[in-house]
Amino acid sequence: MSGSENRLRGSFTRLASWDGAVILVAVVALVVAAAAVDGFGTSNNVTFMVLDLLPIALLALPMTLIIVTGEIDLSVASTLGLTSAVMGSLWNSGMAIETIIPLCVLLGAVLGAVNGVFVTVFRLPSLAVTIGTLALFRGLALVVLGESAVADFPVVFTTWVTGTVADTAIPNVLLPLLLLAAVFTVVLHATPVGRAVFAAGAGEQAARFSGVRVDRLKFWLFVASGAVAGLAGVLWTLRYSSARADNGLGLELAVVAAVLLGGVSIFGGRGTMPGVLAGVLLLATLQNALRLEDVTNEALNIVTGALLIVSVLLPNISRSVRTAAQRRRLRRTPIPQPATPPAP
Amino acid sequence: MSRFRTTRVLTALLSAASLAVALTACGGTTKNDSSDDQGGGSQATGTADPEAELQEGVKMAFLPKQLNNPYSDIEVSGGEEALGELKGEYKLVGPNDASASSQVSYINTLIQQQQDVIGIAANDPNAVCPSLNQARSSGIKVVAFDSDAAKDCRDVFINQATTQGIGEKLVEMASKLAGGSGEIAILSATANATNQNAWIDVMKTELAKPENKDLKLVKIAYGNDEDQKSFQEAQGLLQSYPNLKVIVSPTTVGIAAASRYVSSSNYKGKVAITGLGTPNQMREYIKDGTVKEFALWNPADIGYLAAYAGVALVSGQITGKEGEKFEAGKLGEYEIGADGEIVLGPPTVFDANNIDDFDF
Repeated sequence: MSGSENRLRGSFTRLASWDGAVILVAVVALVVAAAAVDGFGTSNNVTFMVLDLLPIALLALPMTLIIVTGEIDLSVASTLGLTSAVMGSLWNSGMAIETIIPLCVLLGAVLGAVNGVFVTVFRLPSLAVTIGTLALFRGLALVVLGESAVADFPVVFTTWVTGTVADTAIPNVLLPLLLLAAVFTVVLHATPVGRAVFAAGAGEQAARFSGVRVDRLKFWLFVASGAVAGLAGVLWTLRYSSARADNGLGLELAVVAAVLLGGVSIFGGRGTMPGVLAGVLLLATLQNALRLEDVTNEALNIVTGALLIVSVLLPNISRSVRTAAQRRRLRRTPIPQPATPPAP
Repeated sequence: MSRFRTTRVLTALLSAASLAVALTACGGTTKNDSSDDQGGGSQATGTADPEAELQEGVKMAFLPKQLNNPYSDIEVSGGEEALGELKGEYKLVGPNDASASSQVSYINTLIQQQQDVIGIAANDPNAVCPSLNQARSSGIKVVAFDSDAAKDCRDVFINQATTQGIGEKLVEMASKLAGGSGEIAILSATANATNQNAWIDVMKTELAKPENKDLKLVKIAYGNDEDQKSFQEAQGLLQSYPNLKVIVSPTTVGIAAASRYVSSSNYKGKVAITGLGTPNQMREYIKDGTVKEFALWNPADIGYLAAYAGVALVSGQITGKEGEKFEAGKLGEYEIGADGEIVLGPPTVFDANNIDDFDF
């Protein structure tokens, strides 16, 4: 096998990799929708689409890191709801909004730390822990605010969240989103933290032996996830000028769907941030465009569900095809290798 | 090496957050500073032309609280019928869950599709407000029905019934079933249920009038809107007041439970049950003769009236100001009340003759 052939196969794999494909599909979907769907390309609609995808995109950032380490955080939407409820209740009590907002982010971080402690100190599986806190935090939100809604947030803040930069179609909230996306991308792909995340996901024992403090890493990832969910709760509340205990109900599924669609392996160890962002964008584009074409909600759910299955299935199929091909090649190799144990 | 850096980075992030709290803890915007207006759209601009002709081809989209809900299906079917009469274009969109924010995306879609009217039953009066005002600023008329949006983000609101109208109707039915005189009792929801208490207050005022002087309200029982408790309370009423002629239950849970008890007891035919109920719950008791009549607003009429109001708004017949009048097909003439409210009218009475026309 020559070196050039190897390089060729390498770049081909990259091109054919799932996250590359998702980025491509997302761009194609955007272009097609802009060209073919009435009303999609208008500045109003673009603004609106960004507002719609904002909470999913925000929550997907830390979720990506958590899933890459092989864990999951299903409590993010409930954290968002509890933050929103607390925000409303603090506002009713007469506290200044400038104090409430950082407090809410902090509250999110504390809620995330609760998950983190259960996962890393008590060694419970994150799936079980965060299903528990999913119910717990939502229940607490109902205790805090009940069925009522708080709506009289200051107009300066609510209009900033729904507003755009000067006269452009760029929503104000895109700026914090891009900033956080940049931070999380750099952390995952260009820092020792990111390498530790991949290492922990690829093999926890191996990561431990090579000096990664896996528990500490996971704890802080849950804290980050909670803090971002707190921020998302604040933005959600201001966007709809409505603090409610049921805000963001069921959102965690959309977040996990976007992350998996973006090529992150549910088993951990693999995934890229650009892929995830493309996954979020693809889902938002499809939803928005299909809705404009009067596709019903049921059909929308079917499309999203099918995409998710495909996104989990295709990379697995292509991997097993590759492995099979490799094995065949090995078997054809004339030199016998008695030292190698048989392929598993 | 890396473990230390991990901690350092994350600790730095956290301290930054706490610093932000500290920095902003003093001063700032509180609830008291901003209790003034919430901005938003204006009410009723321009002048109405009562002589304006109703336009054809008006595109009206209905956005109920939730799709596939039997009650809202009937509401919007009235809207479809009315738009058929008016040669308009009917459209139905909506979320599968009745959450506060899920309607907002649909409002945006309807703006992009350049509808003429949006008819909405708001899941949250405030959450839909910014988008509804965006719709209105792009020329779309907004008719709220069933559940109002905040009043500065819609043109008119179709209110199914007033407290006064319901209270009067309940006493009217009780008086008719009692034959004008005798003992009656009320089986309500909880002791502090807002709607029920408001209706009961109206009933007491009505009962104090001279024409109802022979009707005697002996007891108000509370079934807490629980089937079991309501059933037992109905039983208790009949045992304590042997001369009781009518039980009035202004709650769908109470009326169904009381009817179930009476239909299976020897009070059947001797004591009348009436109140507010849904046809599907009450059908069997109407059929077996336990219940002669009960009332509720007709949901189809809500959508019907919403569609006529929407087309009248687009045509310029009305603008949403108090006192403006318009014709609403088979329902007759309506006048807009304070705050752009249009009241559907007295509740519909259901009995053996019409109950099979309703499915909700």
